[in-house]
Amino acid sequence: MNNLIEIRWHGRGGQGAKTASLLLADAAFNTGKYIQGFPEYGPERMGAPITAYNRISNEPITIHSNIYEPDYVVVVDDTLLESVPVTAGLKKDGAIIINTTKDSNYLRDVLKDYTGSIYSIDARKISMETLGQYFPNTPMLAAVVKVSQIMSEQDFLNDMIGSFKHKFAKKPEVIEGNMKALEMALKEVKKV
Amino acid sequence: MGIRERLSGNEAAAIAMKQINPDVVAAFPITPSTEIPQYFSSFVSNGTVDTEFVAVESEHSAMSACIGAEAAGARAMTATSSNGLSLMWEMIYIASSCRLPIVMSLVNRAVSGPLNIHNDHSDAMGVRDSGWIQLFSENNQEAYDNLLMAHRIAEHKDVLLPLMVCQDGFITSHSIENIELVEDEKVKEFVGTYHPEHYLLNLKEQIAVGPLDLQSYLFEHKRQQAEAMRNAKNVILEVSKDFEKMTGRKYEFFEKYKMEDSDIVIVCMNSTAGTAKYTANLLREKGIKAGVLKIRVFRPFPAKEIANALANQKAIAVLDKADSINAAGGALFEDITSAMFVNGIQVPTVNYIYGIGGRDTTSAELESVYNDLEKIKNIGKVTNPYRYLGVRGEF
Repeated sequence: MNNLIEIRWHGRGGQGAKTASLLLADAAFNTGKYIQGFPEYGPERMGAPITAYNRISNEPITIHSNIYEPDYVVVVDDTLLESVPVTAGLKKDGAIIINTTKDSNYLRDVLKDYTGSIYSIDARKISMETLGQYFPNTPMLAAVVKVSQIMSEQDFLNDMIGSFKHKFAKKPEVIEGNMKALEMALKEVKKV
Repeated sequence: MGIRERLSGNEAAAIAMKQINPDVVAAFPITPSTEIPQYFSSFVSNGTVDTEFVAVESEHSAMSACIGAEAAGARAMTATSSNGLSLMWEMIYIASSCRLPIVMSLVNRAVSGPLNIHNDHSDAMGVRDSGWIQLFSENNQEAYDNLLMAHRIAEHKDVLLPLMVCQDGFITSHSIENIELVEDEKVKEFVGTYHPEHYLLNLKEQIAVGPLDLQSYLFEHKRQQAEAMRNAKNVILEVSKDFEKMTGRKYEFFEKYKMEDSDIVIVCMNSTAGTAKYTANLLREKGIKAGVLKIRVFRPFPAKEIANALANQKAIAVLDKADSINAAGGALFEDITSAMFVNGIQVPTVNYIYGIGGRDTTSAELESVYNDLEKIKNIGKVTNPYRYLGVRGEF
């Protein structure tokens, strides 16, 4: 049970947090893990706060509830920091990974009592440079893999090529850009 | 060896249906089971199955079409949830009384109102006395496995009753998890071809289906239905044994988890059983002998077997994910306490209504139930048997 890693995603409807959680589950599955990937369904609409979850383990996972004490939190949209208690229950030795350009003073301040690790990444810049559009979930996926070390970077990239080929079978022109986004994100996510 | 995959519960159900390749599927979409007919209709469009897919205009028609198809001699399936099942209500009873072994994938959701799309078991509990076999599934794997066994059970000549496979809406239907699939050819061989003894399209034998049945015969026909439900017990065990031979996965009426030495036990169905197992393991690290009895077969109700399985416990909590709103207990609690009483088993037993309308049920809450059971164990009796778990308000 000790090897169970729990991740909570915070995003806004339409940003792909749910898809990212499913892609992470896929990637971990392909490295031989037991996985869960599930969103918390509410009154969903574009722009509304949404939550998605991952459990990843070397052993079968039987628990079926939301995650209240995650090892990692991923924030896909930094406007949520002031309105959603994103660090609620986050383990002290865990980490929060935020898509933001804000400085460390702002982040420490807005996260109030949270004293654990903070990682930031400019997923907008990466997405615009590699895909020409704002899809923050692809860089955030790479960022959480890097920080949590769920799998090796090489295993992750090898696996994601396969996933993108499957997911984008009808528009193969976007595969290269998505792979570049992952590679850039692995390099650019940094500890605040 | 099976095929290692990762699928949502809905995907698992749709793939089971693809491998079964029934003659007819008639369905109307409703959250959270919508994806099942959605995925299945793509299998039809792609030619992966040769099923006649009937896109009906309501669930009442979906069940009516299944009844027509089965009566004609075809193998028919459907999927629904919540108010979809409510709209089928009239035809649910017609299906079972005509002894038509239709198979349904029921993705459990609260029945309105107030309007809610999330999980509880009020839909399944509403048809518990309708003459359908009801199998419950902890996760995607069990939803899949139960569907592969469904036709063998329902179509058995000693049974001939419709069957529904339940799983928890969203909690398992929309969660991607590991699963082991059975190879297509093996499923085909296991499920077999449907050869009904009596059917409308048999030119050599003229029959009537569903005629008027008044004082002189209806009672006998109902008695036969009841006997068929009793027969289903043995058939379920036989089919489950065959399934275990094929897959190595063992299924019985219920799963006894860590009950070899347990003295307190939670009884529940579907996904909560998984959280209860997780919680029981946490408590065992503290020396508390916690167990879980997960009901798989709710109809037919294996009364004697459940009573015997619970005989050596010191305290029992029965968790109902539907409130019977009867000024007494939930449906599972009443069935279990009745089974214990009739079989002379006296163990303090308490009921919790929980998880209504998708209220998340946490490991911490189940731990509080086990803590309550420890107290009951020490006192040796229950003063307030009808309780609620995870609801606000003082009563």
